[in-house]
Amino acid sequence: MQNKSTFLLALIIGLGISSVAVAVEAAKEQLPGRVVVFDKSKGNCLACHAIPNDPKAESPGNIAPPFIMMKDRYPDRAKLRAQIWDSTQANPKTSMPPFGKHRILTEQEIDQVVDYIQSL
Amino acid sequence: MMRRRLTAFLACLLLAISMGATAGPAEDRKAMLEHYKQRLPNIKLEDYIYGALALNQDAKDQYDSIMMFPPFVNDVDDGRKIWEKPFKNGKKFSSCFPRGGKNVAGNYPYFDNASGKVVTFENAINACLKSNDEAELKYGSKEMGLLTSYVKSQSDGMKVNVKVEGPGALAAFEKGKQFYYARRGQLNFACATCHIDNVGNFIRSEQLSPTVGQAAHWPEFRAGTELTTLQRRFQQCNSQTRAAPLEFNSEEYNNLEYFLTYMSNGQKMQTPVFRK
Ligand code: HEC
Ligand code: HEC
Repeated sequence: MQNKSTFLLALIIGLGISSVAVAVEAAKEQLPGRVVVFDKSKGNCLACHAIPNDPKAESPGNIAPPFIMMKDRYPDRAKLRAQIWDSTQANPKTSMPPFGKHRILTEQEIDQVVDYIQSL
Repeated sequence: MMRRRLTAFLACLLLAISMGATAGPAEDRKAMLEHYKQRLPNIKLEDYIYGALALNQDAKDQYDSIMMFPPFVNDVDDGRKIWEKPFKNGKKFSSCFPRGGKNVAGNYPYFDNASGKVVTFENAINACLKSNDEAELKYGSKEMGLLTSYVKSQSDGMKVNVKVEGPGALAAFEKGKQFYYARRGQLNFACATCHIDNVGNFIRSEQLSPTVGQAAHWPEFRAGTELTTLQRRFQQCNSQTRAAPLEFNSEEYNNLEYFLTYMSNGQKMQTPVFRK
């Protein structure tokens, strides 16, 4: 009896947590920056970067480090934005295109991309 | 006094010679091979001609089975017909080339001191037509592609043997090299960004081939049917990275072809081949 109710409780809590997790994933998927990152004619970031926590990010390239724990690794939003805006500042020999400087993306699109990358 | 000067002069001369030994096409090629040896330790020198296929056994197996019955045999045969058709004066293409055109393609491009220009194999074809009062073929045309697919197949197994001798040749080589290493276009890529810095890496699902070996097998038939010349591939790589493609037979592309082919020196030629 005791066991059964603990089990039920665990089940309820478990379902609750997983649905929160699903909701977080769904929220990430709805960020407009994700579309920009995936779009081959826009960010096309997957050509070089993997997104290990996004199951739809299929067959990414391996030229660049994966997008993972980005908020921990880039607590400073401005620094993250600067890397995307002009990667040649941090590394003149980089393989990464300067998305802002060369107007590959608009300023607004870059802000959206930063939001999405920070969620990873 | 005299003696001091002479020693100083000799010292300078020695220095000049030793500096000469550290820069130039041969050293560039050696350095490049060294780079690839580090990055791709498992590729054998003779396998560079397979490009990205040399890095992926499954893709190479698939290539081998396609090459056993290539879907482009009829195209190559059409090329043979163009090659063998007599000109109005009764002569043939074969009269323009040593050994009737066999085992010659590996010597192209070469630098012609008289005109001060790089001469590609396609230029030699057109020079032959011109000297026989025939209309030249358009660079990048299907006819030129079919013809060179056949004629260059007559040099299969020959080793690429491009020479860079004299100041004019060296200048053309250097221009080609600069083109290869210069970043261009909206995406800011140099050819070297992909094929040297990122060799063996995947850009999305495409694995990047090394520069060495890239020029030893043209034209190729992409997807088995799309006749693609080397300079067409330059245009494709340029466009793909949002840089303006240049004209076929432009001086820039001819210099680039000169540099690129030199880097394949010693590699066995094979024409035409299948690529994705
Ligand atoms: C053609 C390759 C390429 C593309 C496309 C590309 N990147 Fe990069 N990126 C790199 C490389 C290589 C690095 C590693 C640092 C360097 O060399 O500059 C990098 C580093 C980064 C970093 C720092 C990561 C870290 O772990 O330090 C961020 C953030 C980043 N890229 C974001 C993006 C975004 C966002 C896009 C698309 C809008 C993108 N990149 C597209 C090649 C690329
Ligand atoms: C953004 C990446 C990128 C850049 C920049 C680039 N290429 Fe490529 N290139 C590729 C890819 C991908 C392929 C197809 C896979 C392979 O064979 O490497 C390719 C294929 C080739 C091939 C055919 C190899 C074969 O055996 O079929 C040649 C030749 C070539 N590139 C030359 C160039 C030259 C010259 C430039 C500069 C004008 C250049 N590439 C710039 C990505 C690039």
